[in-house]
Amino acid sequence: MLLSEIATSGPDFFYLAPWVVFFPVIGLLINMIFGGRLGEKAVGGIASTASGLTFVVAVLLLISLRTHHEGATVLLAEWISIGELQLDWAFRVDTLSTTMMLVVGGVGTLIHIYAIGYMHEDVRYKNDPGRFRRFFAFLNLFIAAMMILVTGDNYLMLFVGWEGVGLCSFLLIGFWYEMDTLAQASTANAMAAKKAFITNRVGDFGFLIAGMIMFWAFKSVQFDTVFEAAHHVAEHNPGVILAITLFMLLGVAGKSAQIPLYVWLPDAMAGPTPVSALIHAATMVTAGVYLVARSAPLYTLVPQAQFIVAIVGGATALFAATIAVGQYDIKRVLAYSTISQLGFMVAAVGMGAFVAGMFHLVTHAFFKALLFLSAGSVILGVERGHHHAAHGHHHDDHAHEHNEVFDPGDMRNMGGIRKRMPLTFWVYIIGSLALAGIFPLAGFWSKDEILAEALSLNFTVYILLAVAAFFTAFYMGRQVWMVFFGEPKHEAAEQAEESPPVMTVPLMVLAALSILGGALNLPGLGTFTHWIEHTYEKFHLHLHHGEFNITVAITSTVLALLAIGLSWVLYGRKAVTQDQPDPLKRILGPVFVGMENKWWVDELYWAVILNPYIALARFTADVIDWRFWHDWFHDKVIAGTFQWVSRTLLDRWFDQRGIDGFANGLADSTKELAQWLRGIQTGFVRNYALSVFIGVVVILGYLILQ
Amino acid sequence: MNPVLHPLTLVTFFPLLGVLVLLFMQSERKNALRWTALITSLITFGISMWLLAGFNAQNPDLQMVIDLPWIQVAGWNISYHMGVDGLSILLVLLTTFLTPISILSTWTAIEERVKDFMLFFLLLEVGMTGVFLAQDLFLFYIFWEFTLVPMYFLIGIWGGPQRMYAAIKFFLYTMAGSLLMLLAILWLGIYQGTFSVPELIAKGGIPADIQLWLFLAFAAAFAIKVPMWPLHSWLPDAHVEAPTAGSVILAGVLLKMGTYGFVRFNIPLFPEAAVKAAPWMALLAVIGIIYGAAVSYAQKDIKKLVAYSSVSHLGFVMLGLFALNPQGIQGGILQMVNHGLSTGALFLLVGMIYEQTHTRDFDVYGGLWKLTPIYGTLMLIVALSSMGLPGLNGFVGEFTILLGAFGSESIGSPWYAGLATIGVILAAVYMLYMFQKMFLGPEGSVVEEVKKHGHSIKDLNWREIVTLVPILVLIFWIGLYPKPFFALMAPTVDKLVAAVQAAAVAMH
Repeated sequence: MLLSEIATSGPDFFYLAPWVVFFPVIGLLINMIFGGRLGEKAVGGIASTASGLTFVVAVLLLISLRTHHEGATVLLAEWISIGELQLDWAFRVDTLSTTMMLVVGGVGTLIHIYAIGYMHEDVRYKNDPGRFRRFFAFLNLFIAAMMILVTGDNYLMLFVGWEGVGLCSFLLIGFWYEMDTLAQASTANAMAAKKAFITNRVGDFGFLIAGMIMFWAFKSVQFDTVFEAAHHVAEHNPGVILAITLFMLLGVAGKSAQIPLYVWLPDAMAGPTPVSALIHAATMVTAGVYLVARSAPLYTLVPQAQFIVAIVGGATALFAATIAVGQYDIKRVLAYSTISQLGFMVAAVGMGAFVAGMFHLVTHAFFKALLFLSAGSVILGVERGHHHAAHGHHHDDHAHEHNEVFDPGDMRNMGGIRKRMPLTFWVYIIGSLALAGIFPLAGFWSKDEILAEALSLNFTVYILLAVAAFFTAFYMGRQVWMVFFGEPKHEAAEQAEESPPVMTVPLMVLAALSILGGALNLPGLGTFTHWIEHTYEKFHLHLHHGEFNITVAITSTVLALLAIGLSWVLYGRKAVTQDQPDPLKRILGPVFVGMENKWWVDELYWAVILNPYIALARFTADVIDWRFWHDWFHDKVIAGTFQWVSRTLLDRWFDQRGIDGFANGLADSTKELAQWLRGIQTGFVRNYALSVFIGVVVILGYLILQ
Repeated sequence: MNPVLHPLTLVTFFPLLGVLVLLFMQSERKNALRWTALITSLITFGISMWLLAGFNAQNPDLQMVIDLPWIQVAGWNISYHMGVDGLSILLVLLTTFLTPISILSTWTAIEERVKDFMLFFLLLEVGMTGVFLAQDLFLFYIFWEFTLVPMYFLIGIWGGPQRMYAAIKFFLYTMAGSLLMLLAILWLGIYQGTFSVPELIAKGGIPADIQLWLFLAFAAAFAIKVPMWPLHSWLPDAHVEAPTAGSVILAGVLLKMGTYGFVRFNIPLFPEAAVKAAPWMALLAVIGIIYGAAVSYAQKDIKKLVAYSSVSHLGFVMLGLFALNPQGIQGGILQMVNHGLSTGALFLLVGMIYEQTHTRDFDVYGGLWKLTPIYGTLMLIVALSSMGLPGLNGFVGEFTILLGAFGSESIGSPWYAGLATIGVILAAVYMLYMFQKMFLGPEGSVVEEVKKHGHSIKDLNWREIVTLVPILVLIFWIGLYPKPFFALMAPTVDKLVAAVQAAAVAMH
């Protein structure tokens, strides 16, 4: 390196990139091996430090990128190499991957810290303090997998992280695998975990097919190689790029919970709340958005695919928002909200507004993590209140209390929490307003950037998203009124108690980020736009530059305020309790029933896919494979024929007992047959050996003498 | 070199020394018998490591060849011809690796006739290693058939309630296929004048129509062994009835003799026929993948689920081999090893809980993870390996196979690989079903049942952990850094692919 270069170039920490994976793995190993002897604070501290160090590395990478825009690729080892197939463990540092690393490391660490407080109580309510350590081991594993996903330099390494985070999601959704969300003995949580994994596998099927098409078209799945050749391939064979991008969309739909594969995410709320915040809101589920943004050089070549992606995103945004309106569980509302917001991002990157999509990914990570964690704080607060209330009762009431299953997450049990948990209340308000897109909070800027882009790029999508935004403000308003305002509807809510600082401090940090996050990409400055563009520069991508559109901003703000006002009219003035229908039901009637029942999509999938598969599998196993192929064809036809032939030919060696095989046909059970075979076994094998011997001699004789 | 001290002779026949020692030991001294067998198999593994150290991975041809005349009557030329190359080295290592593990797994499971058990087990090892090393068709056939005998007794004596039925079916089914192969071997020996595999390959020149018949005759033996759909009917019986160690070796090594047979004999000896048959083999493989996965899912017996999963997994191997390109064949060979590791480990794990509960019925299980955290975690890792989670071994094999098959010119259409990829989804369905049924949810009734007998379900002990750890190390190693494994086979596979492609070009 020339001296002048050193003088002008800043520090270069790119070589540190693999440590974003190593640190959490080290944390995981320490906790797995020694964690049993350490206390909760040490275990949580080690895990949080491991996660925090990834953030430090990400910041160092950020600093390096400020002077070395082009980034770097850090090769760790060769992975698979067969012929033209060359796959490496190589870490890609550019502005796009570093953005993801910062979000994962930053938000991840805050959630780790929060979880020290949350899980301390959770494991005690559920009577298994030993499981504390396991939680943090899984959480570190998740950070490692997510970092592999965002730093991978080829599609296959990305896929390693992709399925790795899916595994962590499975493990953490099923963290309380022996109960349901109300801590009753059940397989419900385990089923939710399995549902998440298998639904994601359907998406992964698409990813794999996309990878295979890509390899045979490009003879590589390494990002730069593929992107540089993309133009050339598209000229000769545009169908190939279309196929790759559409199969990839299936993967996106799985991981980022889009139509038609979103169904796993609401059930994923069975996991402890920090998991919902980290994995199922802020980071993992945005992987699909990242994938499309990463593959921008491919998507921009096929407008048809872009159109489909945008429509899928827009439709999901609206569809999920309608369901969120009809939910009563505090986390489920947020879950559908997440699906809806992911729809915004997918629509954005689908339209080619990659910066807007990534910008919303970042701000959403702030305010949705904030909302989930605050919801967790509310749930624990109510749970604490529930325990107080139970202990306040006389001993006679104790038995009664155990019979009644109390749901601390049901918003119809809440109300008036604002007074009991003021800090949680205020941060929740901040998160809600940011999500609703109220000026000047983070969500306002990022959502409006998407809407402004949509207005100029795809009007259908604009309408879908604008209506979805209206619903967003409405369901958040509904939730805030139900949870925090009015009178407590249950004694648990009446006695709810604020959370300790280990939980509230991360909330305040996230609240600050939710307020200020918009500053990342203010109109006119476009800091984030310029930052992300460095990644696309070398592929000469002509990115659409969204302008701030004051009309769009005013329209959506008015819509949001209208929605909040409407929600106040319906929910702010009068409490909603469990024994009376939702006020909206009186107005919307069957439409609201549809929202309440999630439009029966789960039922549809059971009827159309799952039950038929189960029936088919059973039929194949029991009837085709066993009764027909095993019992009848093999035992009766083959063995029976052979036996019949032997009896005729070699009668005197043969034991005559129980020969009725051939005639009995299908009706005979295996058991009878087994006995029958056992009865004749000695003669049977000897017969066979003899016929083999004779056969061989005859054949050999023929061959030699001919 | 002294033929007795030749590394290939040693690695194959060393277990016979253990057999000899065992014969002179008292049957009551069970632990001494176990240790003798274990140490014998460990030394054999050591010899195979020595073999590996002397193996030149750059050399595509057979190495360490030993070729001594053996039976030379009436123009017949049968020799003691052994050699190792990239196609077989990993399978030899897999055999010597899984044998001591299996023996260790029987420590408390086999209490009856320990001496006989160990005798048969070591004899079985001789047969299996011989199969992978023999380069003379006649010698190969002898090893091939020889493996049947100890396995027949292992199932027939130490098996479950239906053991005789299962043992006989296993024996006869495999014999029936082998007979056709024997005819083909004799044809080759007589018309080509040699039984030596390298010589036969070099000679070539078998007319296309005859090639096809010979291909089918060999395929009959191998397809039953694999087993390819629809010839799998013996497998669930054999697996369910076999003792744990028998299942481990059956799934881990014996099935690989079938897939190995295809890549060692069918493809290089009859390349034109192999090219012609490729789409049909791929079709059967894909049906097997889907069918095996679906049938697995519907099982009520844990061992049967694992048994049928083999039909699905071996379908992947066959698909890869008949892709007839480097990715497919290398992936296929690696997947043989992977399946040996993960399915071997699954059978070990199922056996470990069976020793305590004496039932394999899914419905009585549940919530075991809480009681047996180590057992549950190891089962999870193995199940994930089996369903091809990236980062673990199964994925590396599966992906390279699918990739190879997707672009294979011999198979001719990406549809086969596309459909096979559905098997990846279905594998998650049945594997997670198994894991959930056994380990998640509330405690199953089996826990109470065991308590009634005055026991409680215990987590794995040290011996069991030691049995599994070597497999787990390989599961991660192959998943994260498969390079050394691929490196061992790459030159040989490249040579094979080149030969097949030359034949394919000549056909047109």
